[in-house]
Amino acid sequence: MTTASPAWRAGGDGHPARGHAIQAALGPAAPATASAAASPSAAGHAGLAPDNQAEPLIRQSADGAAPAGQRAADGPPSPVARPGQRTPRVATPILLASLVLLIAVIVGVAVGPAGLTLPQVAAALATKLPWHPHVAVSPLNAAIVWELRMPRVVLGVLVGCMLAGGGAAYQGIFRNPLADPYLLGVAAGGGLGATIVVVSGGSQALLPLAAFVGAAGAVTLTYLLGSSSGQAGESEAARSGTGSILLAGIAVAALLTAVQTYLQEQHTATLATVYSWILGGLSAATWSDVWLILPYVAVSAVALLVHRRLLDVLRVGETEATSLGVNVRRLRLLVVMAATLGVSAAVAVSGLIGFVGIIVPHAVRLTVGPSYRTLLPVSMIGGAAFLVLADVAARTVQAPDEVPIGVITALAGAPFFLFVLRSRRARQDLS
Amino acid sequence: MIGFTELTVSYGHTRALDAVSGAAADGEWLGVIGPNGAGKTTLLNALVRLVTYDGTVTVCGQPAGRLSRRELARLIAYVPQRPLLPPDMTVSDYVLLGRTAHIGYFGFETGTDRRICADILERLDLAAMSRRTLRAMSGGELQRLVLARALAQEAPVLLLDEPTSALDLGRRMEALELVDDLRRERGLTVLSAIHDLTLAGQFADRLMLLAAGQIVVTGPPATVLDGSLLARHFGAGIQVLATDTGDLAIISRRLR
Repeated sequence: MTTASPAWRAGGDGHPARGHAIQAALGPAAPATASAAASPSAAGHAGLAPDNQAEPLIRQSADGAAPAGQRAADGPPSPVARPGQRTPRVATPILLASLVLLIAVIVGVAVGPAGLTLPQVAAALATKLPWHPHVAVSPLNAAIVWELRMPRVVLGVLVGCMLAGGGAAYQGIFRNPLADPYLLGVAAGGGLGATIVVVSGGSQALLPLAAFVGAAGAVTLTYLLGSSSGQAGESEAARSGTGSILLAGIAVAALLTAVQTYLQEQHTATLATVYSWILGGLSAATWSDVWLILPYVAVSAVALLVHRRLLDVLRVGETEATSLGVNVRRLRLLVVMAATLGVSAAVAVSGLIGFVGIIVPHAVRLTVGPSYRTLLPVSMIGGAAFLVLADVAARTVQAPDEVPIGVITALAGAPFFLFVLRSRRARQDLS
Repeated sequence: MIGFTELTVSYGHTRALDAVSGAAADGEWLGVIGPNGAGKTTLLNALVRLVTYDGTVTVCGQPAGRLSRRELARLIAYVPQRPLLPPDMTVSDYVLLGRTAHIGYFGFETGTDRRICADILERLDLAAMSRRTLRAMSGGELQRLVLARALAQEAPVLLLDEPTSALDLGRRMEALELVDDLRRERGLTVLSAIHDLTLAGQFADRLMLLAAGQIVVTGPPATVLDGSLLARHFGAGIQVLATDTGDLAIISRRLR
């Protein structure tokens, strides 16, 4: 068998320079100052690292991480498929993930500082069922289960689903494994919106709306700036589009963060409030929050899911996807719009919860493979389960005090993320 | 068939193609040759609308500029010079990508799509490795695989950009023989940029010599592969030798 020449490019997903990437991705783990509002989007800076459309010569010499695919192609071809190389069917992973989510939801409803027993929780749950059996339930227990725990768990499901699904979709559409849902300015815009409400002494009820408008507005601004500058490039318009959109995302995030930092400095008394919003959390969850974001999340999730086959086509690059019949610009616009809608809604009620959008899709990618038709739905379900469990940890490890959920996701996420990176490299070295 | 008239492509102030016209008839193999930077890849990119151009392109009687991406991809299949090969994608999934233009926006592959792809893998001797990932494939296998994806598009026109540059001499011959067989079986119109002038002369029905974005000459290989003509555009050391089998062998002589 011949070996592949370097002229054959390999690698559908970008391989950004790793050191930089880790550093950037760790951004949201430790927002040491209040101005770290934009740090979740710092992972987006890593997103600018190579799109891997560069000349192979450059990739070989300058980017040590890049030739993985080439190395792979150079390896001895095995006559039969190795275990784990087959793309698993879609249904089984989705069923398994749903089972995990069910367990997470049960744990989420059953565990809490009030120390209710399982039968008490079950009885409280039963009171709202139609034709429920007559059981004696104290109003307090029913309220704990139905008004405190349930909305929290359900909101965790919606937010986790959106953050992980948005992250997976962004990783696909920008063909970069380190893209996260805050990539195009959602974090900075949401942070600024929330800060404006807090420092101006506006009603807390306005906070979700302001965060949503800020987040969605930032992405719109990014997209308008990025795609209009992209049209100037006459060669391969599709390719230049991604780069300029990511660049515009960085510029917009930097601008909004600067404004937000300035506002904070002018109103230091409200620093703690802004900071706690930035860390994110589900502690104030109510049913009205759930009903508020449910339509957005539902529309967004469905819109992302219908594009999962096209995200797979995009794995061969924007140029080839175009020649295969995909309108890449339209695809990108629709996916970004869908993700922004859902993620902005999630941010509006939960603040900036870091890491879910990166670690969940990667963990899922490692387990079920890189095809978006499995990856996207399983990421959504897995993200929901992860956030519900993280929230359980957030309200129990230091009960009755709560640890900010962003701290939990980062504490669990950072080591895990390093593990994912290491095992990715290990796998590539082996093959 | 595919035809193009007064095709002009500029990158900034650089004219990569300057009012180039030509055509390939049904079932014909048109080879595009020329030194590096002559505009071969730009020509192919323009024909699939990967770059913006002035001029007109006609594919199977339809103006390419007015077709949607999907419609265009059903008429022209394009094999790029350096395809991007996701190392963890499976062979069968990769070939199925070729069906994109035949699948509705919200749709998924049907049994028909899978059968078409399975037949193509069978034809290209790749059926046994349909569950392998691309990282486990050799250069020659990957080359056939990319061709398989293009065939899955079921387009009447096949564009190949330097299809054999990654292969050793024997593999090059095999690959081009395969393309030749396939175009006869399926009545494909083939338009290929090709570096190796000897192979270009052996396989193409007609050759188009490009230099600095303009057509120098188009004609049968025996006319285009002229020693003094090639020497003028490729370098002084180029010589054309006639072998005893009637093939033209193009070699480059050291001048010092």
